[in-house]
Amino acid sequence: MTTTDPAVGRPEAPGLVYSPPVPLLVPVPPPPPAKRRGYSTGFWGIALVITTESMIFLALLASYFFLRATSHQWPPPGIEKPDLQTGWIFSVVLIGSSIPVLWAEVAIARGKVGQLRAGLMISFLMGTAFLLYTYDDFQKLHFGWKDNAYASIFYVTVGLHSLHVLAGLLISLVTQVKAWLGLFDAEHHVSVQIFSLYWHFVDGVWIFVFSSLFLSAHIR
Amino acid sequence: MATTEVPPPSVPVHPDDAADHERHEQLEAVWGDPPGILGFFKTVDHKRIGIRYIYTSFIFFFIAGLLALVMRAQLAQPNGTVLGPQSYNEFFTMHGTTMIFLFNTPVLAGFGNYLLPMQIGTRDMAFPRLNAFSFWIFVLSGIFLYSSFVFGKAPDGGWFAYTPLTDRVYSGGVNLDFWGLAVIFTGISTTVGAINFLVTTFKLRAPGMTLNRLPIYVWSMVVFSFMVLFAVPVVTTAAGLLELDRLFGTQFFVPAHGGSTLLYQHLFWFWGHPEVYILFVPATGMVSLIIPVFARRALAGYIWIVTALVAVGFISFGVWVHHMFATGVPSLAMSFFSAASLIITIPSGIQFFAWIATMWRGVVKLTTPMLFMIGFLLIFLLGGISGVMVSVLPFDWQVTDSYFVVAHFHYVLNGAVVFPIFGALYFWLPKMTGRMLSERLGRWSFWTMFIGFNLAFFPMHILGFLGMPRRIYTYPGGLGWDTLNLIVSIGSLVFALGTLLTLINFFWSRTRGEHALPNPWSADTLEWATTSPPPDWNFEAIPLVESRHPLWDQQPLPVCASEPGPGLEALGPEGALARTTPFTTGLRAEPADTMHIPEATYLPFILAVGVAVIIVGLLIDAVLVGVLGLAIGGVGLLRWAWRTGEH
Ligand code: HEM
Repeated sequence: MTTTDPAVGRPEAPGLVYSPPVPLLVPVPPPPPAKRRGYSTGFWGIALVITTESMIFLALLASYFFLRATSHQWPPPGIEKPDLQTGWIFSVVLIGSSIPVLWAEVAIARGKVGQLRAGLMISFLMGTAFLLYTYDDFQKLHFGWKDNAYASIFYVTVGLHSLHVLAGLLISLVTQVKAWLGLFDAEHHVSVQIFSLYWHFVDGVWIFVFSSLFLSAHIR
Repeated sequence: MATTEVPPPSVPVHPDDAADHERHEQLEAVWGDPPGILGFFKTVDHKRIGIRYIYTSFIFFFIAGLLALVMRAQLAQPNGTVLGPQSYNEFFTMHGTTMIFLFNTPVLAGFGNYLLPMQIGTRDMAFPRLNAFSFWIFVLSGIFLYSSFVFGKAPDGGWFAYTPLTDRVYSGGVNLDFWGLAVIFTGISTTVGAINFLVTTFKLRAPGMTLNRLPIYVWSMVVFSFMVLFAVPVVTTAAGLLELDRLFGTQFFVPAHGGSTLLYQHLFWFWGHPEVYILFVPATGMVSLIIPVFARRALAGYIWIVTALVAVGFISFGVWVHHMFATGVPSLAMSFFSAASLIITIPSGIQFFAWIATMWRGVVKLTTPMLFMIGFLLIFLLGGISGVMVSVLPFDWQVTDSYFVVAHFHYVLNGAVVFPIFGALYFWLPKMTGRMLSERLGRWSFWTMFIGFNLAFFPMHILGFLGMPRRIYTYPGGLGWDTLNLIVSIGSLVFALGTLLTLINFFWSRTRGEHALPNPWSADTLEWATTSPPPDWNFEAIPLVESRHPLWDQQPLPVCASEPGPGLEALGPEGALARTTPFTTGLRAEPADTMHIPEATYLPFILAVGVAVIIVGLLIDAVLVGVLGLAIGGVGLLRWAWRTGEH
C-alpha cells in the first residue's frame, strides 16, 4: 500500500482510506454454496406484482367505503342490495379452486405430471364457472355503471376482479399446454409456481371484494 | 485527482495477455448486441438501458426547463404578453408533470439500472427483458404526452388535475385524457422497474455481500422500490377512475351522482406525498455514497442511516392529508397528519447529521461532485425548514396555494433532488462514458446553478408572504411584486445557463476528456472494480465481498473462480462465458443457483408498442385501435410467458 493518498494529494493519515485507481484482482476459490436453493426470481417477481396489485384493490375498496360514508343511503334509492345466494355458491367454487392447484403443485414437486395436469384442469373449470357466473350476474343487474357512484364502483371493482380471473385462466392455459407437452419435472416447474401464486391471489382478493361489496352491503 | 495520459486500461485478472485477448473476444461474442439499428431495439443490457434512461430523462428535463423559462419570461414584468392564460395553464401543467413523471422518477430509475447491478457485483438485472420493457414504456409515454402539444391539446389542469375542474363537464377536450393516460402509462414503467430492483437486490448479490454490507445507495433503491410498489398503484387508480369518468361516463368524482371530489384528492395524495420521498430517498442514497468518498472516511452511522431511510419510507405514507389541510378534513385527523409531517423531519435530521459528521471527521476534497453535495446540504436545510413551517396548520392556511409553496417544493424537488443528480452525473459519467468531465467547467456550472437557484427560488418565499398566488398567468403592477418577480426570472435564466454548462461539459468530455481509470475517485464500491466503461458482462469473475467497503478494505480484491456445483459454476470467468450470473440467497448471499441471462430480443419493444397502441385507442375512443393494441400486446405476452422460467 502506498503512503500517499492521491485523492487528497497528501500523506495518508491514520484512519483514512485509499484505494488504487486500478484495483488489483486475485482469483480465489468460491465460498461454500447455500444449503437451500430458495425460490426463483420469477417467483419473487410475481409475488411483488401481487403486492402492488393488492394496493389497487385496496384503493378501490377504500374508495367504496369512502363513497358509502359520504352518502345518505347505500345502495342509493332504486337499487336493490346485491344478491347473495348464487354469490355464496360461486364464491365457494372460486376459492375452492385453489385446492386443486395446491394439489397439482405438490404433485409436480414429486414429479407426478399426470396429477399436475388433472389439478390444473379442475381448477381451470372451476374458475371458468365463476367467470360465467360473474357475467351472468352483470347481465341481471338493473343498473348501469353510469347511474351513480355506487353503480360505478360496483362495476369497476367486480369487473377488475373478473379481468384478473380471466388473466389467471389464460396463464393457466399456457401452463397447461406446457404441462401436456411434458416440459415440467420435479426440478423445473417455475411456471407452475408462478401460476399457483397468482391464482391464490385472485381467489384471495375475491374474499375481500365479496365481503365488502356483497356482504357488508347487507349490514346497516 | 488520479487521471493520467495513459490509454484506457483494463483490469488485469490474469496477467497473461494473449490468452486474455482471446477470452475477451469470446466474451464479446457471447454478450454483445447484434450490430446496428436492430441491436438498438433488442438490447437487454442494464448499462445500455440505464444510460438511455438517463439521457432520455435529461431531454425531458431540458424541455420542461424551457417551458419554465417561458413562464418566467411571462411573469418577469407585470401585464406580460408572452403567454395567454390558456397557454400558461398548459405550460405549468406540462412543466410539473414532465418534471415529476418524465424526469425525476425515470432519471433515478436510470441511475439505479446502471449502478445497482454493478454495486452488488452481478452481471445484469434479475429481469433484463422487463427492464428493456420499462424503458420503452417510459419513452413511448413521454412521446405520447408531448404529442398533445402537436395537436394543440396539451393538458391544462395542473400537475395534480383536481376534479371537478378536470371532469368532462369542465374540461371537455382530450387535453386531460393525455394527462390521465400518460400517468397510467408511466406508472407501468415505474412499477416494473421497482419489482426488478427488489428482486435483483435480494437475489443477485455477490457472495459475501450480506445485507449489512449493502452499499447505502442500494438500500435507498430498495426503499424507493418498496414505496413505488405501495404508492404508484394508488395514483394509477386515481387516474384510472378519472379516465373512466371522462371516457366511459362513470360517476366516481361527480357529486351530483353520489361521487366525491375529495376522494380524488385522497387517492392522489396518498401517492403524491410518498412520491416526494420516492424522489428524495435515492437522491440521499447518492449523497451518502459520494460524501464519504470525498471525505476520505467511511460514512458515519451506517445503521442509523439505513434505519432512517426505512423510517422515511413508512412515515411518508402517513402524511398525505397535509396537502389537503385547507379542504375541511376533520380537525382531529388534521392534527394527526400535522404531527406525522413533523415527525418525518427526525429521520431526515439523522441523515443530515450523519453527513455532517462524516465530513467533520474526514479530509474533505472539494471536487465538483462534492460541491454539488455541499450545495445540496444547504438547499436541503432551507427546504426542510420551509417544510416544517407548512406542516404547522395555521401557517399552512396562510400560505397554501401561494408562491411560498412553489418556493418550498422547488427547494425540495429542484434543489434537494436535482443537485444530487448533477453531482451523481459528475461522479458516475466517467464510469459510463470512460471520459472524465472537466473539473473547471464543472465548478463554473455548480456555482452558476447554485447562485441562479437561490436567486430564482428564494424570493418566491417572500412573494408568497406578499400574497402572490401560484398559477396566475399575469399580475397588475404596483402590488410590490415587480422587483422580486424580475429577480426570480433572472435567477431562473442563470440556473438554466448553469445546467447548460454541464451539458456542454458532457459533450466536450466525449471527445476531449481524459480517459477515466477504473477507479478515478478512489471510491469504495464495486462498480469501480471494473473498467470505465465496463464491459458488457460487468465482471469477468464475481468479487468475493468481505467488507462494507470492498475496494477500501480488500486490497487486492478477491474474485471467485468457478467450480462445479449449483451457483458456483457461474462465479468465475466460465460463468461469464456461458452468459450466466450467480443467484445467491436473500440474507446471507451464499451462492445458490445459476441464472441464465436472456438473449437480446424484440419482445419488450413489441409489448411496449402494444400497450402504447391500447392507450392511443383509449385516447381517440377507437375500439379497433384498442383491439389492435391488445393483439400486439397479447402475442408478445404469450411468447414471453412461453419462455419464462426455463419452463
Ligand atoms: C429549471 C428550473 C425550474 C424553474 C425555473 C421552474 C419554474 C417553475 C414555475 C415558474 C412554475 C409555475 C408556478 C406557478 O405559476 O404556479 C413551476 C411549477 C412547478 N414546478 Fe418548476 N421550475 C424548475 C424546475 C423544476 C423541477 C426540477 C421540478 C421537479 C422535479 C419542478 C416541479 C414543478 C412542479 C410540480 C410545479 C407545479 C405545477 C403546477 O402548479 O401544476 N420544477 N416551476
